[in-house]
Amino acid sequence: MAEAVIEKEAFVLPENLADRGSHYCPGCHHGIAHRLVAECLSELGLVDNTICVSSIGCSVFIYNYILMDTIEAPHGRAPAVATGVKRARKDKFVFTYQGDGDLASIGLAESVHCANRGEKISVVFVNNTVYGMTGGQMAPTTMIGQKTTTCPGGRCEDREGSPMKMAELMASLGGTAYSARVATNNMKNIVAAKKAVMKAFRCQTEGRGFGFVELLSACPTNWRMSPVAANERVEKEMIPYFPLGTYKDFE
Amino acid sequence: MSAARDGERIFIKGNEAVAHGALAAGCRCYFGYPITPQNDIPELLSSLIPEAGGEFVQAESEVAAANMLLGSAACGVRAFTSSSSPGISLMQEAISYMAGSELPGVIVNMVRGGPGLGDIGPSQGDYFQAVKGGGHGDYRLFVLAPATCQEAYDHMIEAFHLAFKYRNPVMVLGDAILGQMKEPVTAWTPRLGDSLSHDDTEGAEWRLEGSANRPARLLKSLHLEEGALATHNKKLVAKYKEMEQEVRAEECLCEDAELIVAAFGSIGRIVKSTVRHLRDKGHKVGLFRPITLFPFPTARLEAMAVEGKRFLTIEHNTGQMVEDVRLAIRHHADSAFHGCMPGDLPSPDDFVHPILNVLEGK
Repeated sequence: MAEAVIEKEAFVLPENLADRGSHYCPGCHHGIAHRLVAECLSELGLVDNTICVSSIGCSVFIYNYILMDTIEAPHGRAPAVATGVKRARKDKFVFTYQGDGDLASIGLAESVHCANRGEKISVVFVNNTVYGMTGGQMAPTTMIGQKTTTCPGGRCEDREGSPMKMAELMASLGGTAYSARVATNNMKNIVAAKKAVMKAFRCQTEGRGFGFVELLSACPTNWRMSPVAANERVEKEMIPYFPLGTYKDFE
Repeated sequence: MSAARDGERIFIKGNEAVAHGALAAGCRCYFGYPITPQNDIPELLSSLIPEAGGEFVQAESEVAAANMLLGSAACGVRAFTSSSSPGISLMQEAISYMAGSELPGVIVNMVRGGPGLGDIGPSQGDYFQAVKGGGHGDYRLFVLAPATCQEAYDHMIEAFHLAFKYRNPVMVLGDAILGQMKEPVTAWTPRLGDSLSHDDTEGAEWRLEGSANRPARLLKSLHLEEGALATHNKKLVAKYKEMEQEVRAEECLCEDAELIVAAFGSIGRIVKSTVRHLRDKGHKVGLFRPITLFPFPTARLEAMAVEGKRFLTIEHNTGQMVEDVRLAIRHHADSAFHGCMPGDLPSPDDFVHPILNVLEGK
């Protein structure tokens, strides 16, 4: 007789994560970022009390994966929309989920002023150094020398400026209570990333102020790389320029 | 200045009437950015709204202000923003999203002269922008055009009611004359249970508030599935058609008039003085003042055209509403046009000869 097999479930679908296939490209980190957000909301008991502000770009479809009340914001305006949401419903947990073009380019004013006012919202910022949905154009975070469809010879500092360091910029603002940069390229970094998302969320639940977390992520399709090579690029090229760490903390 | 009491007679500017009217309507959030000639609105609300338990935010731009409005509207809260022409242009992105997402918000435009930076003087140059969409895509705002400070107050109360009734942004279209003139206004608050009042259940079937004990809700304007946008836009068109039941205009001395002068807002009020003056001298003229600019009072104008009346449209621009007047009467008549230039301040006397010229067929 065969021995009884004792199974231990190691991987549970969070209650608020939809059980459906992903539309993201193979190797994309949005799936990881979504899961981190879903787990943190779930573990903090916020699922029923959350209003999500989704933005423009690949990540607009966050509402197809995390089941929560959501409003879709125009390009870059998510922090302003979130301000309106939070001012209207102070008792709700409000967060935005934005890419680099959205947050650091067209929506830079909204991002900076929302943080500076100390709006009690949380911002999850996914930085993959490229415009994903529109087909791989240059972003404010594109690395020097990185080739995109609008800087085919590689980003040139003289011509296009240098990649913007948003975690540091946000940390410099008075209303920001927490700002950190993490990465989603390996298990160790993902574990640290979850802690940072958790803390950015606690920033709001504890009434500390504006919470910001930047996730360094891969876009294999627009980087023209395999998912494995893309993960290596995060480690070798992005992290040295965008150092991981906590830039402002409330504890 | 403190919040007006019910029945109180207050001597205030049109801009202040807008602020008091919004408070009486139960508005809880105001977002704005300074621009002349409407600064009295945010200045007054920066103290009155917090006193009433609401939220005031001076945004970093008109772009942000309109998007804050979008966020509050998604929560089913009565919220508004105000600005003047160049600022309203910056708000168009969010207004289009609000129309697409079917969100109820109120936007006040105290129009100044344009195009571009133009002038801080009065104008009706934003008529097209207000009634033909304004932002990208195929949509309409409900547009109310007050001519007096009392109407500015009243229209704010009606605007919030209409915004929630139709889940659509509503624009109150004034101008620098109305914003800066001062006259007595009787304050009033819609009584609970009145059609114009609101209660805690407003928007309860769609507003965002966290998904406890129900499926998650999504407010969006993106429709990528095959046929989804067509279905959505057909629904919007049906809604715009339904709005026609709210159509409203002031008619003054029109019944036996040979010539109908169509004019809206502040200019409508000035033309009214001219029309009365000419009547006193025996000229058969009347004023037709559209109060809802969208939906436009097309049927009433057409009925008057069928009666054989002639038409003149007077506006504070180079010819915008006249297109809607001509559309309304096109099978039976045409409309002459007289425009006064943006930035100028016309008097009733300025319209005597333009009206007499058309009346006498010159």
